Amino acid sequence: MQAQINVLLEPIIETRGLSKSFKNFHAVSDLSFTINHGDIYGFLGQNGAGKSTTMRMLLGLIFPDSGSIFINGQEFNNSQRHLLSKIGAIIERPDMYGYLSGWDNLKMFATLSDSSIKADRLHEVLEIVGLKGREKDKVKAYSQGMKQRLGIAIALVHKPDLLILDEPTNGLDPQGIAEMRSLILSLSRDHGKTILISSHLLYEIEQIATSMIIIHKGKKVVEGKVNELLNPDETYVEVDINPDSTIGAKIAGSQWQAYLSSVQPATLVFKMNPHHTPELNRWLVANGIDVIEIKSKHSLETYFLSLTDDTVITNRAI
Amino acid sequence: MIQLLRIELYKIFKRPRTYISFGIVTAITFVIQLAMLTDGKGFVNFALSGVNEQFDIQGNILNGYLITYIILQSLLIHIPLLVALVAGDSLAGEANLGTLRLLLTKPISRAKIVLMKFLSSFIYTVILIVWLAVVALFFSLLLFGKGDMINLKSDAFVMILQSDVMWRYGLAFAFAVLAMTTIASMSLLLSAYADNSIGPIIATMGIVVVLTILSNLELPLFTVIKPYLFTTHMIGWKGFFDDPVPYAAIGRSAIVLVLYTVGFLTATILYFNKKDIKS
Repeated sequence: MQAQINVLLEPIIETRGLSKSFKNFHAVSDLSFTINHGDIYGFLGQNGAGKSTTMRMLLGLIFPDSGSIFINGQEFNNSQRHLLSKIGAIIERPDMYGYLSGWDNLKMFATLSDSSIKADRLHEVLEIVGLKGREKDKVKAYSQGMKQRLGIAIALVHKPDLLILDEPTNGLDPQGIAEMRSLILSLSRDHGKTILISSHLLYEIEQIATSMIIIHKGKKVVEGKVNELLNPDETYVEVDINPDSTIGAKIAGSQWQAYLSSVQPATLVFKMNPHHTPELNRWLVANGIDVIEIKSKHSLETYFLSLTDDTVITNRAI
Repeated sequence: MIQLLRIELYKIFKRPRTYISFGIVTAITFVIQLAMLTDGKGFVNFALSGVNEQFDIQGNILNGYLITYIILQSLLIHIPLLVALVAGDSLAGEANLGTLRLLLTKPISRAKIVLMKFLSSFIYTVILIVWLAVVALFFSLLLFGKGDMINLKSDAFVMILQSDVMWRYGLAFAFAVLAMTTIASMSLLLSAYADNSIGPIIATMGIVVVLTILSNLELPLFTVIKPYLFTTHMIGWKGFFDDPVPYAAIGRSAIVLVLYTVGFLTATILYFNKKDIKS
């Protein structure tokens, strides 16, 4: 019992100073982060930021040049592969043996994770992911969504504590994305799984993640609880206007300067309480600025871009 | 370990293309048997033309044992390709398919995965050689009957009594398994380096062809290296049809093949243990 409590007190994953280079390209540099039990941990970054490389290092697919990985407090390396029994994963695409049935694939990978897994458990996970009744079909006949579901069933079947899902919504249609989101939430809420998830769909991450890390060019930019990083009273309001080269000067000195997040000739972004949007609109019109559209942006998306998009001019540069 | 081996075998024998090898062996065997049925006598007369004046050879010379020997000589050049189709695909094919990623996220050591891939390739090789033995020996005996066997060599011929043939075939097929296992281990090593299976299969055949040429060239430059080439020793099975059987030479060939196999396998494990899986 005490041992179980100790395990739960330890972060399920902790990395310290992870670095990895491929020839002269630094994919990951000095990356440290912590994932606690019960988290849905969003892992964000642009293409090539180092997300997949990091996830592969966590799974022992790629070996770090330096740094350490701890799983439930125990250091993980190639001689400690038994620690992988605590983890289930989908990395990039859920590739399987197309010439075998879904059942065969599931049974095979289940046996590799834990040879004592019985058929009842296979039926149970097929039920969870909604593939019951299709398990005897060959995988090559599955849709992308069904393959993703089977991938999650394989990741889940040995009852891991942590699920690592790299772009699990890739290739899914909007309905598939919504179903995947509710499945992930259910795995966390109903089955107590800790989940590390990367996605390009920031809105999806915003909907489900409890904690997150953003990495850029292999380095950590920010890490923390989503509700602390994204203040709900401060959303990003984007205003599209007719191009105006004097816009910076017009806003400078006004009450809105304090809220200005970024400015471009045809777009202004304010970080502010959305209730003040009508007041902002009136001020812009009163000052001769032609407003085309005002929209509230998903805060994570704008937050992410403000940290990783080198082309945005922030108010610090005005 | 047994579970992992079962899974590897299941994957090999559930895949339709595995049976192409068995089909090719069967087809080539039947083609040679058909050719011998139609023109076998002419072939034997031509082969024995040099000795017919000194010896009076009577009885069923064109029998199943001789046909099997001819088939073996022809097919053992092609069987490395059929072995490479499976062994060369075992790691690289999974990398290409994307399943290697999933396989390596399971709590199994990479060394065990390589060992089970090797063992499953070995079992496939055994089954392929046994299949060859069945279709070549069984059907040749059925079609051409039994008799004393003549082993035709370039400078002599060896007469083997009918009662003395089967054990020789047993040992020859066992030796062929060993030789093909060496090919399988080399193919597995090449497979570990690649991310698609075409490369290892072609490379295996390329190496076998080049080294076989070197093994057969009677030039002083190559005389020194010949004893160290595994291709020189792959034809050791022919020794079982000599009289007396050169057990010492066959034993040396077997040891060289075992050493190569162990070397290839060790190199595969060492390399694969440190390989970054980026596919």
